[in-house]
Amino acid sequence: MTETKPAVLTLDRLSVRLPGGADRAHAVRDASLTIAADEILCVVGESGSGKSIMANAVMQLLPGGVALDGGRVLFEGRDLAQASAAEMRSVRGAGIAMVFQEPMTALNPLRSIGDQIGEMFRIHTRLSKQEIRAKVLALLEDVRIPDPPRTVDAYPHELSGGQRQRAMIAMALALDPKLLIADEPTTALDVTTQAQILTLIRELQHRRNTAVLFITHDFGVVAEIADRVAVMQRGIIVEQGAADDVLHHPQHPYTRQLIAAVPPLTAPPPRPISTETILDIADVTKTFRTGGFLGRGARVTHAVKSVSLKLPRGATLGIVGESGSGKSTLARCIIRLLDPDGGSILLEGRDWATMPREQVRRETRHMQMVFQDPFASLNPRHKAEELVAQGPIIHGTPRAQAIREARELFALVGLDPASGDRLPHEFSGGQRQRIGLARALALKPDVLIADEAVSALDVSVQAQVLKLLANLRERLGLSIVFITHDLRVAAQICDLVAVMKDGEVVEHGPAGEVFNAPQHPYTQALLASIPGGDFARSHPVEPVEA
Amino acid sequence: MDAIKRYFRSPAAIVGLILLLLVIGMAISAGWLYPRDPLSLAGRPLIWPFSNPRFLLGTDNSGRDIAAQIFHGARIALLIGGAATAIAVLIGVLIGAFAGYFGGWIDTVLMRITEAFQILPNFVLLLVLVAVFGSTLTTVTIAVGIVSWPAPARLTRAEFLSLRNREFVQAGRTLGMKDLQLILGEILPNALPPVIVYASVVMAVAILLESALAFLRLSDPNVASWGNLIGLGRDVLRVQWYVAAIPGLAILITVLAVSLVGQGLNDALNPRLKGR
Amino acid sequence: MRILSLAGRRLAASIPTLFLILIGIFVLLQFAPGDTVDAMMAQMGGGDAATARELRQFYGLDLSVPMQLGNYLWRLVRFDLGFSSIYGKPVATVILERLPPTLLLMTASLSFAFFAGLVLGVIAARGVNKWPDTLISTLGLIFYATPSFWFGLMAIVVFSVYLQWLPAGGFEDIGAASTGLARTLDIASHLVLPTLTLGLIFLAIYLRIMRASMLEVLNLDFVRTARAKGLDETRIVVRHVLRNALLPMVTLIGLQAGTMLGGSVVVESVFSLPGLGRLAYESVVQRDLNTLLGIVFVSALLVIAVNFLVDLLYARLDPRISAGA
Repeated sequence: MTETKPAVLTLDRLSVRLPGGADRAHAVRDASLTIAADEILCVVGESGSGKSIMANAVMQLLPGGVALDGGRVLFEGRDLAQASAAEMRSVRGAGIAMVFQEPMTALNPLRSIGDQIGEMFRIHTRLSKQEIRAKVLALLEDVRIPDPPRTVDAYPHELSGGQRQRAMIAMALALDPKLLIADEPTTALDVTTQAQILTLIRELQHRRNTAVLFITHDFGVVAEIADRVAVMQRGIIVEQGAADDVLHHPQHPYTRQLIAAVPPLTAPPPRPISTETILDIADVTKTFRTGGFLGRGARVTHAVKSVSLKLPRGATLGIVGESGSGKSTLARCIIRLLDPDGGSILLEGRDWATMPREQVRRETRHMQMVFQDPFASLNPRHKAEELVAQGPIIHGTPRAQAIREARELFALVGLDPASGDRLPHEFSGGQRQRIGLARALALKPDVLIADEAVSALDVSVQAQVLKLLANLRERLGLSIVFITHDLRVAAQICDLVAVMKDGEVVEHGPAGEVFNAPQHPYTQALLASIPGGDFARSHPVEPVEA
Repeated sequence: MDAIKRYFRSPAAIVGLILLLLVIGMAISAGWLYPRDPLSLAGRPLIWPFSNPRFLLGTDNSGRDIAAQIFHGARIALLIGGAATAIAVLIGVLIGAFAGYFGGWIDTVLMRITEAFQILPNFVLLLVLVAVFGSTLTTVTIAVGIVSWPAPARLTRAEFLSLRNREFVQAGRTLGMKDLQLILGEILPNALPPVIVYASVVMAVAILLESALAFLRLSDPNVASWGNLIGLGRDVLRVQWYVAAIPGLAILITVLAVSLVGQGLNDALNPRLKGR
Repeated sequence: MRILSLAGRRLAASIPTLFLILIGIFVLLQFAPGDTVDAMMAQMGGGDAATARELRQFYGLDLSVPMQLGNYLWRLVRFDLGFSSIYGKPVATVILERLPPTLLLMTASLSFAFFAGLVLGVIAARGVNKWPDTLISTLGLIFYATPSFWFGLMAIVVFSVYLQWLPAGGFEDIGAASTGLARTLDIASHLVLPTLTLGLIFLAIYLRIMRASMLEVLNLDFVRTARAKGLDETRIVVRHVLRNALLPMVTLIGLQAGTMLGGSVVVESVFSLPGLGRLAYESVVQRDLNTLLGIVFVSALLVIAVNFLVDLLYARLDPRISAGA
């Protein structure tokens, strides 16, 4: 379609100032873009690119200290940047509506869903209570929430994450706004739920002719729903255009770098795997019991139900699942941070499931873990090299030697050995993950468990850390158990893949087979839910300099 | 170092520090400015302040120098406040740490004991302790300390509960650390700062508790406590109200100083709480 | 009702704690120099060892400590708190006589502190770091640092001695013997200063907590959502922020109940009110250990009762609690 539709929102060289002491002067600089009615514009960028701040600037919802610093925001013939507070209030909700990232915290926990959606009508219209209730019910049906009459009186904590987000969308679309701003609305959701919400947004947008400004960091999402794309880097829009053009013929080097960092969905060619099993997990079970008074009314959760897996020596086993699947619980059972209720975990002939605590402490040098959160997994009060040297020191290595070896490990994981005497907060997220990796490798373990080790990192940093892991795997002959919720990441590095749902392994096998010919319906649904599926499978993977 | 700079950016914190140094100064100089026993008779009873150059703040019902009692009283206040706080924080941190780290039945038992101390009104317990053990300086200090430990215990326990499951503690466990090393080396250094800051609140309350006891003539009568003086001043309240007013102001200033310094420390060590 | 069962569970869990307190205090009191009989004999003006022995036997004070404890607990379950040697009446009677003024004082002080603290806290939070906030926060700090008994004395000097607006002490004018409205007003005028005095420190605490709570809630995500819907600031505060910010305040009532009861000891002494607090003081001074133990029991019961009510109120305000989340 080449006819130019009238623009709903135009940003004309918009700039947003940051308070002093931030890492740059402007969060957004000279941003210009247009959104026409009936189209979805995706703004893509990594964390810190200013995309969220730009969206908040449109609504004049900037946090304290952050302010508009030039440019115009043209909406319905008015410049919102110059609008008074009262004018903005009439535009918010009725003209432009917003959906946020975390549905749990974005809704008032003490008011019912119907009350909060109905508030939209109470502020902007003069409808009666019955009319409002009827409209709210109709909205909830539109967004396909199960059982609208019960949901109207329910509280946010009684709904699931996906349902809460649907309620938020219903609330945003209540007054048929011309523009819907969605700030990473699916990032906090499971892959399958994410797919449903994306479909919903696209469908609603079509039906109501709303323009949508969709903020995301995921190019897969862009491929899935965008009509047009704008790429942001450190506050500047570096590339804009039709989705097809930007995705398949990116011009700007940063865009190319971002697209290349998106892990493709095809598994790499299979590596030769040893036939010897180093870690044998058999029938591991873990059940949680909470609450209950004198043994009655307790809530029982079967987190892990009789899981059996084998890890061949030198191979990487991926355990993939959504939240609640039990994969993290399984990981913690394997390394005895939790005590399994049943089953056996054999590593080099010793059963970790039943070893007494004292022995676990001694054996721990054979199996180590890399954790998810780069900010919480390092003690903020210890120097980096001390953190890495702690393990060997506990197991008897003299301190001076341990520090020396720590410095060597720094070099191995790509960090400057001289930076060892800095504190964790002086490093970036990716660097901290490298420190965590060095700490785990310091004891020269046979098995490494990576529990969502790259999930909290930006896409480009993720790619680097995965490369590092693959590299180390070759050099040190590591056997790795790789836990993740992201199939695309698993595809990059795993030889074998096991898919978990509700505490059970529903499918497992060589990565290539699981990805190209999934057997279990859940695996198939999982693969189908990955946003931008075709794009993910086919986009050109240009080699990235490390 | 930035913490110190941040501290001095708050005017309230600076005022607090100045006041506190003033009080400490009074305590230190008391023996040298007023070398005689403050509770000895010095002149005619009930001289008004500023009327006689020898007794700047006047004299009380028995003819004792009020200014001397104020200066020596600063020693008592800081001594009792400091010692009682130390006792309370020590007991509280020990109990809170064990309850928070080990959980299970240890936690239940320790929390029941803490709850028992919190359900019983602390002043009533103080009265009972004084009734049983007497009113010397030592017993009063220990009693105030015993009455004050539940709050630091609760705080420490909360910190331990939240830190116990942090990933860096789990990492320590996977490296093979023993429980004691985890408690002392990993968790405690991160749990202590809020407790140390809270110690200022404990100290403020301790000073108020002791002065209330003294006012009721249940504290040590042989020391120049500010509360004692207020109790005396009650008898002559109608006309010579200054006898009660002056020591009360001293208490107010001291407790205010401790609170401001505590708040300043809190803001300096927790900079993310902007605009609070 | 789930709310009732949840609060009831907490209540039931407090019963062992109550026994823990009683046993602890009972054992503690065994270490006191002199016992009830010594006090009685002092009142009687002395006596010989034989009389002392007989009295001890009569009151069961010659039995072993565990037996005495058992006796005491058994009597307690039947609400028999023993006999007060000083007042010559059963302890329960004495306590019941003295309960109303204390309850009245505590209710008045709590209401004053809570609502004034709420209003001032909201004002301070709305104008954060501007002059209303600085003024209110400074006042709060000063109130917090003020010893309550000293404030009471100064208030008496100002309002009773100089201005002569309010009475200096006592619960009501004994000579007046009025009834109905006149008596209520009389009691009210006697309670103004004590209420202000006792409520002062708690006002400071509630103020600070309300302010901090408001500021915290104002930073939460759902407030941003409310703004994005086009709500004005007043509507946001009243319909979204207030209820959420109240939750810590309500919890605080329960936590401070014991401290307030303790504070009434001093305030009742300053203003000569015939309440439970002053009774506690008198029983310490006069070594009436039975009464002291009875007061400990009743105080603990009061605090547990207040906490029960607070639990109910909190569950009513926060729907997440009753869901067993």
